[in-house]
Amino acid sequence: MPLARALTFTLVLLFAVVLQVSFFSFFSYDGVVPNLVLLVVVAAALTRGPELAAVLGFVGGMAIDLVPPADHVAGRWALALVLVGYVAGRVRQDAGRSTLVALGTVAAASFVGTSVFALSGMLLRDPAIPVGEALQVIPTALLYDLLLAPFVLPPAMRMFKRMQPQQQVAY
Amino acid sequence: MPSTSSSAWSSASDRSSNRSSNKRRRPSKSLLAVLTLACLTAITVDYQRDESSPFEPARGALGDVLGPVQERAAVVARPLHEIPGFFEANQSLRSDIAKLQAENANLRGQLATTSEVRYRAAELDGLLQASRTSGFALVPARVVAVGPAQSFSFTVTIDAGTSSGIQPDMTVINNEGLVGRVTEASRSSATVLLVIDQESVVGARLGSNAEVGFLQGRGDIGGDGRLDLDLVDDSETPGKNDVVVTWGSNNGSPYVAGVPIGSVEAVFSSPREQAKHAVIKPFVDFSSLDLVGVVVNADTEGDRPVIQAGEIPADETDDEEGR
Repeated sequence: MPLARALTFTLVLLFAVVLQVSFFSFFSYDGVVPNLVLLVVVAAALTRGPELAAVLGFVGGMAIDLVPPADHVAGRWALALVLVGYVAGRVRQDAGRSTLVALGTVAAASFVGTSVFALSGMLLRDPAIPVGEALQVIPTALLYDLLLAPFVLPPAMRMFKRMQPQQQVAY
Repeated sequence: MPSTSSSAWSSASDRSSNRSSNKRRRPSKSLLAVLTLACLTAITVDYQRDESSPFEPARGALGDVLGPVQERAAVVARPLHEIPGFFEANQSLRSDIAKLQAENANLRGQLATTSEVRYRAAELDGLLQASRTSGFALVPARVVAVGPAQSFSFTVTIDAGTSSGIQPDMTVINNEGLVGRVTEASRSSATVLLVIDQESVVGARLGSNAEVGFLQGRGDIGGDGRLDLDLVDDSETPGKNDVVVTWGSNNGSPYVAGVPIGSVEAVFSSPREQAKHAVIKPFVDFSSLDLVGVVVNADTEGDRPVIQAGEIPADETDDEEGR
């Protein structure tokens, strides 16, 4: 059963990556597409807490790093999304389950994720990202992620709730 | 949840949620540490980006498996992408027609009156034709995935790979000019680094005086995506609208010679460096890349037909007889 769950989550994340690069690339704004993997990770964080979200962030980030046409050093998106999953999971405990909090978490997650990725790029010079460009991309990405959140978060959160292990379903 | 058991359920839930919130107040730090370390290890291992990186097989395998899925997703997205076009419809098309007619009349007038211009146009046409047909054999391919701008690197996936004879470090062009080069090829797909990427440096030559220089991308994909040209000879000043073509390298790898890249838009000079610095507007519209061609050897055998030097694939038989 845990294996089946892990497999399902991996497939969902891979599907998100493919949609991100192949489907949404046709609807990009200045090359920026919604970060679906990040939305899935946030959904996991809001329903299941930081542990699962961090693990999903690692797997999903690795997928973004390795699925073509990715060309950067592997592990950079993984690092960004592990942090996003963990932080978003911590936020959830303090907050209720209102839509506003969910959207706020998405915005914060998008900001943190893209920023951490950009910072790791600046540190590694892979590529050497000019600050101006990063400042341009981060808000656009944030808005696009927020725009897609109402469509992605509810089904993803429902899926994570349904796939909770038995002993935790009780509460 | 049936209503009969709801009270029992809620009390149980209270208890367990108390317990689990206690547990959750301290989410495992060690897991975070392990995952972060794993990421840092991956970054360290992959940092040199050479062939021996353990991630190269993973990239290849994912490309093989997901290439067809990406292709299908792109097939679904393409028609949806064109829907807004239907709504633009009459009004703008009509004004477009009027504008184009005026432009056409204007151009026709110019062409008829100035025989010298006509002669030069014919000559340039021939030159362009020659450069296009100077032995380029192309494998046609479509762009099926585009790297997101959030990743700050500008790469695309094309739906042809080693099974069609595509190898890393091959030149990719489209009908407008240079697109980029192949960085990685799996069986059925390949990754192309666009010339607008920051990491991309292309040896370039000015069309007017054959001065050589280096073109670097700025990492900007929109309509204002530009390239920076630094000439080797500082005393030369590139003229405005001067065409820049590839300089080419040994064996045409990674770039074949003579592919048009863009035109000079502006020239800056800084007195301190005594160097001229030109801004190049690429011919290719990178935000709407679709059909591209990969320059291959003319005798490449693959699972899709190779377009030989300037021929249209429809008369492949003529081509065979002609040669």
